[in-house]
Amino acid sequence: MIGSPDVVALTKEDDFGDSFTDPCSLPEEFSVPLFAHAANANPWTKTSYAKFSKDFILVSEFSEQVGPQPLLTIPNDPKVCGTFDLNYFSLRIMSVDYQASFVGHPPGSNYPKLNFVADSKVVLGDSKEGAFAYVHHLTLYDLEARGFVRPFCLAYISADERKIMHQFQELSSEFSKASEFLKSGNRKAFANELEKKLKDLEYTRSVLHKETELQKMNNGCYSTQAIEKANELANVEKSIYEHKDLLRQITSYPSRKKDVDFVQHEMEKPADTSVIDDTLNSNHSDVADKTVETESESRKSSYTPQLIKAKSAKCFDKRLKTMEELCDASFFHQTLEQLNIIEKSFRGDLCLIYTSQIDRALLSKQSVTSFLFEAERDWEYGGTSTNFSISSNNPTVPILNISGEPLSLDSYTTCIDVDHIKPGVESMEGPPESSTSDITQETSEAADTETKGSFSSDKSIEAFGGVSPSSLQANYFDGLERKSKVSIASPSENTSCSVAVPQMTSDGNLVPMDAACCIGQDGFIFEEPLPELAQECCGDTVVNQEPLSLLQGDPALQVDYTLEESALAESPNMGLTFSELNTEEVAKINIEDVSDSTSFMSASTSSDQAVSPFTYGSALTLKQKKKAGHSALRFIRQYPFAQQAIFCLLSGRTLVILGVDEGTVRKLVNALFIFVPNLGKYGETVQPWLSSPFQLTDLQRWKLIGLQRAASPAGSSILHSLNRYSRYISILDCDNKTLRCPPYKGTLVSHLADHRTQIKRGSTYFLHVQGMLTQLTAKAFLYTFCHHIHLPMDINDQGSVTSRRTNFLLQLGYTVEESKIVHYLSELIKQHYIQGSSKGGNQSFCFNYTTSYLYKI
Amino acid sequence: MLRWILGGREAQGTVEKSAALFIGEEQPKNCFTEMQVLKGHFDIVRFLVQVDDLRFASAGDDGLVLIWNVETGDSLIELRGHTQQITAMISYTFIRGGNAHTALITASSDRTLSLWDPDSGNRVQNISDLQSPVKCLLVLVRLDVWLSGGNELCVWNRDFELQCKTVHHSDAVIFKLNLSGSDIVVMAMRHLADHQDTIHSLIHINDGLFASGSHIGELIIWDSVDWTIQAYEHILWEEPARDGQSEFKLNHQKQIERSIQHMSSDGEYIVAAVGSGLYVYNVLMKSVVAYRRIAHDSNVLHTVLQQDGRLMSCSEDGSVRMWELQDLPLPAEPASSGFFGMFGTFGRSSKQTGPPAKKIPEVPGLRSLELIGDLIGHSGAVQMFLSFKEKGLVTCSTDHLLIIWKDGEFQSQLRSLAVFQKLEENQEL
Repeated sequence: MIGSPDVVALTKEDDFGDSFTDPCSLPEEFSVPLFAHAANANPWTKTSYAKFSKDFILVSEFSEQVGPQPLLTIPNDPKVCGTFDLNYFSLRIMSVDYQASFVGHPPGSNYPKLNFVADSKVVLGDSKEGAFAYVHHLTLYDLEARGFVRPFCLAYISADERKIMHQFQELSSEFSKASEFLKSGNRKAFANELEKKLKDLEYTRSVLHKETELQKMNNGCYSTQAIEKANELANVEKSIYEHKDLLRQITSYPSRKKDVDFVQHEMEKPADTSVIDDTLNSNHSDVADKTVETESESRKSSYTPQLIKAKSAKCFDKRLKTMEELCDASFFHQTLEQLNIIEKSFRGDLCLIYTSQIDRALLSKQSVTSFLFEAERDWEYGGTSTNFSISSNNPTVPILNISGEPLSLDSYTTCIDVDHIKPGVESMEGPPESSTSDITQETSEAADTETKGSFSSDKSIEAFGGVSPSSLQANYFDGLERKSKVSIASPSENTSCSVAVPQMTSDGNLVPMDAACCIGQDGFIFEEPLPELAQECCGDTVVNQEPLSLLQGDPALQVDYTLEESALAESPNMGLTFSELNTEEVAKINIEDVSDSTSFMSASTSSDQAVSPFTYGSALTLKQKKKAGHSALRFIRQYPFAQQAIFCLLSGRTLVILGVDEGTVRKLVNALFIFVPNLGKYGETVQPWLSSPFQLTDLQRWKLIGLQRAASPAGSSILHSLNRYSRYISILDCDNKTLRCPPYKGTLVSHLADHRTQIKRGSTYFLHVQGMLTQLTAKAFLYTFCHHIHLPMDINDQGSVTSRRTNFLLQLGYTVEESKIVHYLSELIKQHYIQGSSKGGNQSFCFNYTTSYLYKI
Repeated sequence: MLRWILGGREAQGTVEKSAALFIGEEQPKNCFTEMQVLKGHFDIVRFLVQVDDLRFASAGDDGLVLIWNVETGDSLIELRGHTQQITAMISYTFIRGGNAHTALITASSDRTLSLWDPDSGNRVQNISDLQSPVKCLLVLVRLDVWLSGGNELCVWNRDFELQCKTVHHSDAVIFKLNLSGSDIVVMAMRHLADHQDTIHSLIHINDGLFASGSHIGELIIWDSVDWTIQAYEHILWEEPARDGQSEFKLNHQKQIERSIQHMSSDGEYIVAAVGSGLYVYNVLMKSVVAYRRIAHDSNVLHTVLQQDGRLMSCSEDGSVRMWELQDLPLPAEPASSGFFGMFGTFGRSSKQTGPPAKKIPEVPGLRSLELIGDLIGHSGAVQMFLSFKEKGLVTCSTDHLLIIWKDGEFQSQLRSLAVFQKLEENQEL
């Protein structure tokens, strides 16, 4: 039994502008929603009744033979879904109206048309199941399927509704990529399939032709057999024509798509695409010109044409192709990879995701200094992090497009309109005010999903009555382009009625809509009214308010609903900007969400994959990083000269850890590498174990070296090199527990490495170190980019620059030794800025002439 | 140091032994706090020649000539052509079309002479099948000719046409270039046979003087007009015995090297690299200014006198050392400061006939040569160095490397300027 649909409105918050801002408070964009502890509830209790332990991705198909069915889940582990009924949920998500499924004979056209519609992206909730889902519908072409299309959907299922709503933009852009992989592969496979079919048909035609001639010869022109054969031939001819037309349509797709320049996948993998295009185009042209004779001799294709019955291309009693067959295998696996990436990157609590997004957004602004102690993390999400920013420019939030008075594009509002599917809905034709679904219908028993599915395509045909698919497509992409320029959130005075803003393209044609559907939450009734907040936020909120007719008699509830939804739905395309984030609203979290969140948090801490921002090198995982923090902590407690050692690393003096035992040396290297500035993506500046003498150039390259002490001749030459370059290095002898290095006295490093620190956990200590180093980096940044200390008054003014620099560092509160650290970091920043991130070129190696002392335990 | 690493705690003994030479790690007067290692050669790098303000060429036993940018450390061009080691290299500036062009002339053991264009890397001229390898090259700018010396002395013009040549000679000979019209004739003018042993170095001091140094430590200042001896010094590195210990050490010490390997001059002073020591001589006063018998652990290969009373030397021990001439606080004991009393009775007392050698310690106004810094980086003998003033110092070595030593503070300021310039270009200010 399908519960009554949740009605979730996604709206924009707009600042009042008159709220008091504390200058000391964190900028809005850095804030993370706080837990509403006013309710005095235990945030760790899990009140969600979701039957699955953590978020997962479900791929389902609406099979024309068996109806909606789940195909696979990611992670592919039955434990993840628990007792959650995948079949039932597949039914739910596939029952959503899906506009894109329209394919077939459009009115006024004699041939089947492929419709390259965009995927629809909706949010769907089921409070009974405790499941909320981002649902991404797409269609794949299958020659043997009804109407040539097979509807599929990719769903991200979470127990946290807010997570889905807040991450809609990111989910949408990531799933679009996955979908694009599938569709690209599918177009390729479909084109191949069509070619084969064409060959079959042409072969059949030639056979039939001969037979007809034979019949005519034998029985005369007007014999029944001859007429039959002639009809059959004509059918085959028609079929060939249709298939050629289909092939032309499918092969003409990529070029059109390129014009639009919409799909990121295409931009990222131009090589792949061009290959596909080539194959498609070349095959197409080949086939078009081929006669039966040349075809039979064709060397290009190993396919032998078969005689087929000349009848419609539609088949019902066949085994349907699997998803992998529908798409090219490599594309299919690429899709799976992408889905895995999505699963990983959206793992965990919403707060965690927020934090890491904020973190990433901030880091992206810090390209000048982030190389010092922050890892470059493009690889961490499989190269997707850059795409987050792309997605924020490309709002693909579901949009309800209704004919109505044209609004200027600038004031265009993105919103998710709740469009409950039911027969007789007038949403397409009505003006904005009347376009809302009638909520009374929602409370009724849910319509038969089968009906819905078929209905949705019917409706789209109705809606776009006279508009030909090709023009729709063009307009659609027009619309997309515009959407990216559209500014978000326009205030609307009318809060009590739902506003669905139509989008008009310039030529007045309708843009095909992506209907958003949010079903199934009756929970809003239970929410306690918060009228005072409602007054505050409703004035400028665009609300698609559905329950009007249902809750006519209860304005309080209605207001509450509006508030609740608007608060929860804050900003669907928040992306990385967070500019619309209203902290007041965000602070209001319902308990259920939080408790869900905590369960995810605990799940994510046990996981290896870094939602955490700090990961060094490709080989270094979160675990190793924590371990490094742990080893560092132990090192600091164990060695009284830890501060001197850390000072050496920070000031760019190569630290050589000398020892007999490889394990001990590696352990120490592992403890200290987190202090190495400009560690590099793969930790290039650290050499954990070296058993040959090092060269001068190695000192330039490596800032932390683990060196073997051996009694062999090689060992003595190692010692010779140590001796020779002793002025450039510090030596930590882990056998004798001594450190030979320049002296350091100061407070900076002692804060960083206090052997009496109260910090117990390695990961905590690591974060402490990161914090301190970030502070240091900020100072180095300041020092680097202050004009007045670096620019000479006149050209021969070297001395005064030097003294100004020294004074500046003293003013920052650094001792002479600490100044060396800042100076070194500053030099790194300058080199990095001048040369770019590329490490090519001949780096110079800076050093100081200072006396070293021997420290002992 | 080594002992410390090997397990001992402090290396007091070593420090004590070479107290005057081991400057330690605190070198406030040493401004070279940045280095850039240049890789490119496959064998010993022996020669460095400055091409212009920004570029220099390096050449060595691998037969390669590389042109480098001193500021960036980039290898600009490789000049390939010689099949054997390069024995001499010189830059040759000539005027063509109103512009000064700088070219490089190289001589190699493969008995070829080549003229290179350092801008394009082209081998402009090439002479092969010489009778003997050329050992040294000299450009006479005034006459726009250049000379090559080996077993024979040849005079060439700009277009690599042999003008004239002489036969084998084994002594110091003054040749006169006779210019009569287009013919250039080389004539032996005079044999200077005052040296007792092989002459290793010969330099031009100023218009009136030149100097020569021999294998056994004879330094002779000659008058370049009438070729008479202006001054004669026989550097013996003699030192009166200070204690009995020196006798003991003598037995273990091989004969001290007194060969004058290299000399340089700024017109007033001559620095002679004598064995592993340095010897500074004032030509005008005809007196020794300062000396240090053991300036390096091994033979000194190249020296340069700088303007500010400083000098630099590089040695087979792989280091470059910077010295400063300082007035002695106590002129009464000038010599004791730098010596270790190792050689008492050893020096040959056989004074040569001719001009009397000056007894070194008794010279009034003697100054001391104080070590103010050293550059350690090469793992083999430092063959030569080339100073680009504030842009840095280039050293080349047996370990196939070149190192550019730079003033870190100055480079840092340059980088700051570059940063602000780039900010301005990107309009990020």
